[in-house]
Formats: sequence, C-alpha cells, structure tokens
Amino acid sequence: MIWNKEMETMSQGELRCRQGENLVKLVNTLYGKVPFYRRKMEEKGISPSDVSSIDDISLLPFTTKDEMREVYPYGLLSVEKREIVEVHMSSGTTGKSVVDAYTKNDIDIWGEVMARTLSMGGTTSDDIVQNAFGYGLFTGGFGVHYGAGKIGATVLPISGGNTKRQIDVMLDFGSTVITCTPSYSLYLAEFGKEEGVDFSKLKLRAGFFGAEPWSESMREEIESKLHLKAFDIYGLTEIIGPGVAAECEFHNGLHIFEDHFYPEIISQETGEPVKEGEKGELVITTLTKTGTPILRYRTRDITYFINEKCPCGRTLRKMHRLLGRTDDMLIIRGVNIFPSQIEQVLFRIEGVEPHYQLIVERKGHLDTLEVQVEMNEAIFSDEIRRLESLERNMEKELHSNLGIHAKVKLVEPKSISRSEGKAKRIIDKRNLR
Amino acid sequence: MIIKQLSIFLENKTGRVCDIASILGDNNINIRALSLADTSDFGIMRLIVDKPDAALARLKERGFSVGITSVAAVEIPDVPGGLASVMKTIESGGFNIEYMYAFVEKSHDNAILIMRFENVENVVDKLYEKGVRVLKEKEVLSL
Repeated sequence: MIWNKEMETMSQGELRCRQGENLVKLVNTLYGKVPFYRRKMEEKGISPSDVSSIDDISLLPFTTKDEMREVYPYGLLSVEKREIVEVHMSSGTTGKSVVDAYTKNDIDIWGEVMARTLSMGGTTSDDIVQNAFGYGLFTGGFGVHYGAGKIGATVLPISGGNTKRQIDVMLDFGSTVITCTPSYSLYLAEFGKEEGVDFSKLKLRAGFFGAEPWSESMREEIESKLHLKAFDIYGLTEIIGPGVAAECEFHNGLHIFEDHFYPEIISQETGEPVKEGEKGELVITTLTKTGTPILRYRTRDITYFINEKCPCGRTLRKMHRLLGRTDDMLIIRGVNIFPSQIEQVLFRIEGVEPHYQLIVERKGHLDTLEVQVEMNEAIFSDEIRRLESLERNMEKELHSNLGIHAKVKLVEPKSISRSEGKAKRIIDKRNLR
Repeated sequence: MIIKQLSIFLENKTGRVCDIASILGDNNINIRALSLADTSDFGIMRLIVDKPDAALARLKERGFSVGITSVAAVEIPDVPGGLASVMKTIESGGFNIEYMYAFVEKSHDNAILIMRFENVENVVDKLYEKGVRVLKEKEVLSL
C-alpha cells in the first residue's frame, strides 16, 4: 500500500527538480542563520549563489557526528528557539549527545515518512501497533507513534523492555503489528516460547525492525519464529529518527524518502562519490526540515544503491539493507568484516541460532577473532567429536566465505547477554593506541 | 535394557559442575554414575541418575543444554581380566564403542560399565545372546 502516491511514485526528473529547489532554499537558510554552516561554506569558498540544482550538492561541505557534538546543544538551530516543539537526542554513550530539534513542520514530516514506512507493510487504521521501541529522548518510539497516528492505527505505546508484559499485551489486545529492534524481536520470540505462547495462533502479521544492522537470515529466523512479515526500516537521530528509508513488500532494498532526505554514497576514504552501484558510506542531506537541517551528514553506514524499477510502483531510489557501519567494521589481519557478514554465514548452518558474540584480541602482533555461538537443542550432541566437527565446520565456512581465520567456540545457552535495545556483538579487547 | 543417560553441555568455567550437582541435590535426585569428557573449550557431563526425567526437566529449567542418550550397562566380574573378556566379545561382534566409563558396585564383587554404541538397541540384544550380563534400567537405578 502506497501512503503518498504523488510523492512516492513521482518521476525521477520531476523529483530532481524539487530536490534542487529545496536544496537552494536550504543552503540560503543555513548560510544566513547557522554560523556553523556559514563558516564551513566560507572555508570551502562556496556561497549560496553557487548552488542552483541538486547536482551542485557535491560542492557543499560534509557534516560529521563529532561536529554535531561540538555544537551541542543548539548550535545547529536554524529557527528561533520558540519554534521548536520537541527535542530528541542520541544516548551520548560515546561522547556528547547529538541533538535533533523539531519544529511543527518537522514533526509533520516525521509522521508522513513514518506513515509511508508503516504502509509499506500494509498497516492501516484497522491495525493495532505494539510499539516496543523506546519512548523518550531516543527517536524510535515517537517516530513510530507519529506515523501510526497519521494512519489512524491503534498504538500501544508499551516502549522497550518488560518482556513479560509485552507478551501479555500482545495476547490480550491482539496486536497485529510489532515494532522494535530485530534482536529484541528474537528475544521476545524466545521468551514467549518459554511461556508457552504459540505465535502461529497470534494476530501478529507485520513487524518493523530497525536501529541496528541485521541480515537476510535473521529475517527468516524472525519470520518463522514470530509468524509475521519482517520489514527493515532505517533512520538515525542526526537526520530525523526512523523514517529515512524502509522496505516495501518486495524486500529487495529500502526505498529512501528522497523528497525529504537526499542520499549520496561516497568513498569513506576520499569523500568522492563511488561509481554507480558500488558500496560506500551513505551521506544524507535533509531537504525539508526546518529545526536543525543537516547538510551532507556522514552516516558511517555502509550500503549501495539498487538501481532497478521496483515492482511495488514506487520510484524512490532504493539502497541495500545496511552492510554495516564504518565504526563497527572489524579489521582482522587486514581483512575488513562486519558482524552482519559473520551472522549471515553462521545462520546458513543448520540449527544455529542468532545468538553470537565476537571477541577480538591481539596476541603478540596478531589479531585473533573468536566467534562464540550459543548451544541449543538443534545442534546439541552427546558426542564431543560431533560438537568439535560443528565448530570446525563453522570455521571453515567463515574462512571460505569471508577469508578470515576465526576460532569458533560453542558456549552455554543464554550465556550471551540478550539486549532489549541494540545487541552488543563485538567485544574488542585489543588495546590499540 | 536400555539405560537413560543425561548428557549436559558445559563450558569450561568454574562452578558449573557444582551448579549441576546442587540442582540435582536440591531436587533429591541421586547420581549413580558420572563421567566428564572435555576439550579445551567445553565439556560434556554424562550422568546416570535415579530419576532421569525429573533431572532433565530441572536442568532444562535452569537453562542447561541437556539431552537423554541411550546407553547400555554391562556387568563384569571385578577381577583382573574381567574387562578383557567382555571387550573380546564386543570386539568380535564388530561393535564400535563411542565412549565408556566404569564404576564399581558397592554390595557385589562386580563392576558396571556404561557403554555408548551407535546402534545401542541392536548391540544390547547381541551381547545378551552372547551371554554378557546387560543390566536392566531398574537394576541400575536400584544400585
């Protein structure tokens, strides 16, 4: 179901004209109202008159997360403070928070793009949306809330955690749609199963999962355990929160809502655009936001454009589901790998479940990677040699698919901590200076 | 004549054997025989207990990976050469032992061998035909 036919099926030519008009407006605003951007443009020798179409975007400066932190809390505001109606921010676990300040206009946009997102999975006013994304300063909860509200669905704003209650509410209210992180959805499935819940008898039919990279095999796992269609959604606090891009029912890439968020893919080393279809770092410009608009934000997320006409009818460009983050990327003896790639390989092996952790250490001058995989009933054997051969088999698969030498270690069930938010996959014990 | 053995997956971490023993003890389950097989990373604890089904349920509740494996219990005279005579019979039958462990009976002059074969049901029948004393479950549990 297409929420906004006009915008979501517009011809690329027409879209580029609109994007160009909005970019010109944006650059003028930023130059006039935000000293941070004026200075950056001046440093590059650019003035607003140099920008006349969307193609000129490559002249403009990037914005990084660190820069956004430096101007905490209000350094990126392009309107008077009184026009701000809501503020969200990142958790700030790795430094100062990144702030997203929304005007009334921005909240409307947010509701619009999230309504499009939820409609991709067929959400209508008949649905009951159990929103298990966290409410609060984090953007997940409110983003889904505004989108579902726009559609007119019933929202259960249960927020994250309290898994027993999640299950009870799901049963009592007959939730048809669930929204949370993919790793939490599996935790819910596991918890529910232990409580004797038969998910095939529940009314759940669609799930929207995001806030961390996940794989195709994890989708299969979620779909078979929770008996629903799983949709990948993408967004980030720096841009708006969830609602930057989402998967349609064909599950082959995420349509980017590029009338609002202009995407580029660049080489993370050179900052230049990559060749058509090559993978690189996603960069986003907010074309229509008015509170804290952002120019060419370096997301640190790795993906590539999928250039194909989507059978769903949308003309919005698609990107591949995230391959990882530049800062999640592990470099093990010179080989670049993302946890999602390891996950993909492991789950192709019969019976292996998505509970794993990567331990990186440096022994002498060599990096070592240990992949801990939880034991479960499907792979349990009474015979040591079977278990050892399972470990060796996983190591062989990792080597032949990714070219890495990892040591696979089976660990006891539930010994890897389950997260209610983003799963912690990597423990890096290397002390690199 | 097939005995239910519990097999438990253990990481090599301190306190795990103690945890299992405590769970069994707290639930009034008595251990008849025990063996621990290990590698550098993990181990498998194999147990014969008086209430295998209850033990399985309690250990599963506590999150252990536990399975029930069918094994045979063979009684041999506790004298020099006792093991050799039984092993000859097994070997001449071409049966492949996956693993085995032994314990000594308290009240008799016999030892008990717990043996795991790939096709344990068939093997037990053949051993019985050849005059090897294969114990019934009831006999093992009442030791």
